[in-house]
Amino acid sequence: MVPLSQYLILSAILFVIGTLGVFVRRNLITILLSIEIMLNAVNLTFVAAGRAFGAVDGQIIVFFVMTVAAAEAAVGLAIVIALFRHRESLDPDAFTSLKW
Amino acid sequence: MPDQILFYLLGGLAVVASVLVIGQRNPIHSVLLLIASFAGLSGLYVLLQAPFVAVIQIIIYAGAIMVLFLFVVMLLNVGREDTDVDEQSPVFVHRVSMRVGALLAGLLVVELVWALASAGTLGGVFGPMSQAPPAVTSVRTIGHALFTDYAFAFEVTSILILVAMVGAVVLARREAK
Amino acid sequence: MSPTLIAQIVILLFVFFMLLNSAAIMVYVERKVAALLQQRFGPYLTGPHGLLQPLADVIKLMFKEELRPKAADAFLFTLAPVISVTAAFAAFAVVPFGASTTFFGLLDHPIPLQVADVNVAVLVIFAITSMGVYGIVLSGWSSNSKYALLGGLRSSAQMISYELSYGMALGAVLLLGNSLSLTELVNGQAGYWFHVIPRWFVFLQPVGFVIFMIAGIAETNRAPFDFPEAEQELVAGYHTEYSSMRFAMFFMAEYINMVTVSAVATDLFLGGWHGPFLPASLGWIWFLVKVGALLFFYVWMRWTLPRYRYDQLMSFGWKVLLPIAALNLLVTAAGVIYFGA
Repeated sequence: MVPLSQYLILSAILFVIGTLGVFVRRNLITILLSIEIMLNAVNLTFVAAGRAFGAVDGQIIVFFVMTVAAAEAAVGLAIVIALFRHRESLDPDAFTSLKW
Repeated sequence: MPDQILFYLLGGLAVVASVLVIGQRNPIHSVLLLIASFAGLSGLYVLLQAPFVAVIQIIIYAGAIMVLFLFVVMLLNVGREDTDVDEQSPVFVHRVSMRVGALLAGLLVVELVWALASAGTLGGVFGPMSQAPPAVTSVRTIGHALFTDYAFAFEVTSILILVAMVGAVVLARREAK
Repeated sequence: MSPTLIAQIVILLFVFFMLLNSAAIMVYVERKVAALLQQRFGPYLTGPHGLLQPLADVIKLMFKEELRPKAADAFLFTLAPVISVTAAFAAFAVVPFGASTTFFGLLDHPIPLQVADVNVAVLVIFAITSMGVYGIVLSGWSSNSKYALLGGLRSSAQMISYELSYGMALGAVLLLGNSLSLTELVNGQAGYWFHVIPRWFVFLQPVGFVIFMIAGIAETNRAPFDFPEAEQELVAGYHTEYSSMRFAMFFMAEYINMVTVSAVATDLFLGGWHGPFLPASLGWIWFLVKVGALLFFYVWMRWTLPRYRYDQLMSFGWKVLLPIAALNLLVTAAGVIYFGA
């Protein structure tokens, strides 16, 4: 059996990759994808911990995280579409002014 | 032992695909690589004896959310990312802010690994996992807990989805001229 | 190697072979039924009654030149048909097509007649079907042609819209059968009411069955919902730029998907391999008969009904089919609680 610590380290690595994506990329779509990576890293933690403690709650939290991720993706992509209509760009730096 | 090998294979797939996701200039390729990463995670969930989570990972993430991403990328018809710096420079290091960001991310990984490593020496729950009781893996148990202990959260989730739906429609709608 | 393992491998190869063949057979059936409905002969010259026509088609496709548009994304262009056909084959893996058997006493323990016995089979089918969308969307995008792109976009929107109704129709059956395993669901339909009516879920779920079939036709992009490849508007839709074997893969995927949807409908609604007159060991004959009837229905629909308009399809999916499916699920749940099924 793979010990829990390895799952947690894997999940930490994935979370950091997601964070890195949000920090360094200048493309709204990629930033949203990076957020998905972070959410998935958290999901892995929940499932692995739930498995280690023999509890079902970890899997249920994952269920809720996925719902939130779906809602977040829908709203986030709608915002991206709305922004793209105004500026024809996906670079977040193009949207620094509150009014146009 | 086969578990360990599978763990490295699937975990490696997830990590490599995720790195490539943020290293791509073409958003379509990013989305596809993220699906590969999800496939790796789904395999890990099977390894963790959580078949239900593994399957809904594919159905919801790969089958619905990522199709939405793909749809938007195709709709906006954005090809390669056009940045103000020349295409030749590596994706990560062309602005001061990005270098700071990369540094912070590097710091975070060091911190997390250090925290986990030191917790590992404390023993306790970080030892090898025992065989899960069969009840934990069954869909029936999950469903039961979901509609009893977590019933309130479940109902709130439905409101969240409704709000997200209305919000998405309002935001993406073209204003009537 | 244990006999059970050998039997498993034999079943696997058998299913693969039969699915490959089913595509060829369906092409022939499609053309013959079309001819029947239009009062002409159909393929007639190749072999007796044109029986060798599918073979001729395959040979023609194999010897055609592989074309790829210059502006296409080479990797994704090659990957797309592979995803399509893989998803089509993989979905059938969890579908049982007969009662557990010992192969006339060759094995010590009976093994189920399916490639993989998964206890969340219904969800697995759902997951693999949703992967099939990618083949179509990617072929549309990577071809770098406007017709293909429009076809790909249409199909992704269509498949996501109808997947919801599809899932809800499935959900109602799961409530009745109280299981996620297809084998258990089929075995829940054994026996008769009043010694006459078979205990098939279709009699408890007529609305669910109709929703499932409509959504299934939309999911497999068949007429009257074949917008992704509406030839009057989009040339050939998502596979406009494909030729030779790559085109054949899409073609094959479409027919195998039809077979899978029919097989799942048979298992969920029509009692699978249960039927009168035949012993349980020959139940697969009933299974074949039922799947064949559903496939004929598919072809019949195609040559009878004209294509919808795209906006009609979307408003039908979201404003009619989905509410009915949700209502059906609610009523079924209430019924299960009330009658304690």
